[in-house]
Amino acid sequence: MIKVENLRYAYDNGRVALDGVNLEIADGEFLAVIGTNGSGKSTLAKHFNALLKPTAGKVYVDGLDTSAEKNLWRVRETVGMVFQNPDNEIVAAIVEDDVAFGPENLGIEPAEIRRRVDLALETVGMTGYRNFSPSKLSGGQKQRIAIAGAVAMRTRVIVFDEPTAMLDPQGRREVLATIKNLHAQGLTVILITHFMDEAAAAQRVAVMEAGRILKAGTPREIFSDVAEMKRLGLDVPAAVELAERLRRRGVRLPADILTAQELAAVLKGK
Amino acid sequence: MIEVKNVSYTYAVGTPFEKNALREISFSVSEGDFLAIAGHTGSGKSTLIQIIAGLIDLQSGAVEVDGESIGVQTARRKIGIVFQYPEHQLFEETVAKDIAFGPRNFGLSETEISKRVEEAMKFVGLDFALKDVSPFELSGGQKRRVAIAGILALKPKYLILDEPTAGLDPKARRNLLAEIKKLHRAGVTIVFVSHSMEDIANLARRAVVLAQGRILFDGEPRKLFAQEKILDAAGLLPPPVTQLILELNRAGLSVDAGAMTLDEAEREILRRLN
Repeated sequence: MIKVENLRYAYDNGRVALDGVNLEIADGEFLAVIGTNGSGKSTLAKHFNALLKPTAGKVYVDGLDTSAEKNLWRVRETVGMVFQNPDNEIVAAIVEDDVAFGPENLGIEPAEIRRRVDLALETVGMTGYRNFSPSKLSGGQKQRIAIAGAVAMRTRVIVFDEPTAMLDPQGRREVLATIKNLHAQGLTVILITHFMDEAAAAQRVAVMEAGRILKAGTPREIFSDVAEMKRLGLDVPAAVELAERLRRRGVRLPADILTAQELAAVLKGK
Repeated sequence: MIEVKNVSYTYAVGTPFEKNALREISFSVSEGDFLAIAGHTGSGKSTLIQIIAGLIDLQSGAVEVDGESIGVQTARRKIGIVFQYPEHQLFEETVAKDIAFGPRNFGLSETEISKRVEEAMKFVGLDFALKDVSPFELSGGQKRRVAIAGILALKPKYLILDEPTAGLDPKARRNLLAEIKKLHRAGVTIVFVSHSMEDIANLARRAVVLAQGRILFDGEPRKLFAQEKILDAAGLLPPPVTQLILELNRAGLSVDAGAMTLDEAEREILRRLN
């Protein structure tokens, strides 16, 4: 479990990026974090595995204080990160060497590394590309290799910081399916994103503004207030917005429509 | 007019990594066009726009701007290019100095440079009071505006933007798209590369789709989104609204699948219900 208590973070130039964040993330949860650029999402993400340490307040991972130097390795054994640009994360010339890079650095024995790499590539659906050069892969495939690298570290939590921002639509779809699959296998997933349809796939959505968590709830709860989301500079999934527009035109619809399938089912009965 | 004639480009010629990035590409961009270039990662989009902007030497074929070869400086200076994540290239101490960098290289007078900096900042919606601030203290959306202002200060006749909204939050995205529209209305010809079919649906008059270095489609976005085979081959998906409409159709509601924007979808469903 991850627990964030009154977290404050100020950069060296004095800019306050986090201004009193409180949040708990349960084991096995799939949490999405949304908010405008500069709301503090990425700064928060970097606290989950101690890439940043709180200016004030605490972050605990399985009860371990992330600001204590002695806990650093155990925190990072528990929480892994995947970033926006796979090109910055891929280090090796062959896919499977890249996935093996992290476990090798941990000094794990070769047979165990082999098992981990095989399983990680299978998990992200990239086994067939094990001997490819990463430079020959599409953006979505590269990002799945970066995810396999995180999976091979066997962390129980993976934080994804805008993993699809640079991908084409099919790449986005592949990566989101991979993330859902990891969650289904029991991993705790924290997904930072600007794409509301991705946030709608989570169990819980936290909305950040000006360094704080403004509210958190199920996607249905969060996206039902279309006007509030727009005021915050955010958006809602297309089905939610279309339902809201139809309601204003006098079409009676349930208040919490979230997906195209739900909207289709209701409209069909009209 | 920009004319791309029979352009091919191969990377790493003569090595095992040889890759045909572009194969005999021909198309033209007319003055006043609002053109989107789409295609998956590795389809050749970035190579193509850099060739059009004269930043990559031609191997074969030709690029002409208003009848003049792109190899000539006057032709090159008509084209402005905004790269992906342009804010990563900011480097000056102040916003004004960063925007002035290009115009200064063009050898313009100091009075003309200050005038252009002010105009460009105004155009992208940056408060002129920010001119003496370090660009690194600004938010992500503001930094991107500074970078774009730096290109606008060169007064390009043709503006190429590579994924201009990538990584921006929805509000910053809407604002930036509105500014690109405004530029187009002011007479600038726009070519933008995008993965966002929503942006293409809302902005572009014409879409060119690249796959494996070839042009797979050249026409109206609306016609593109109706062609699932082409979208599939290019690694693209229709915009969210079109996907939603397709879902409604699968559920048995017969709604016109040509709707690409929320306004169109709303009208179409109301028509169907009444």
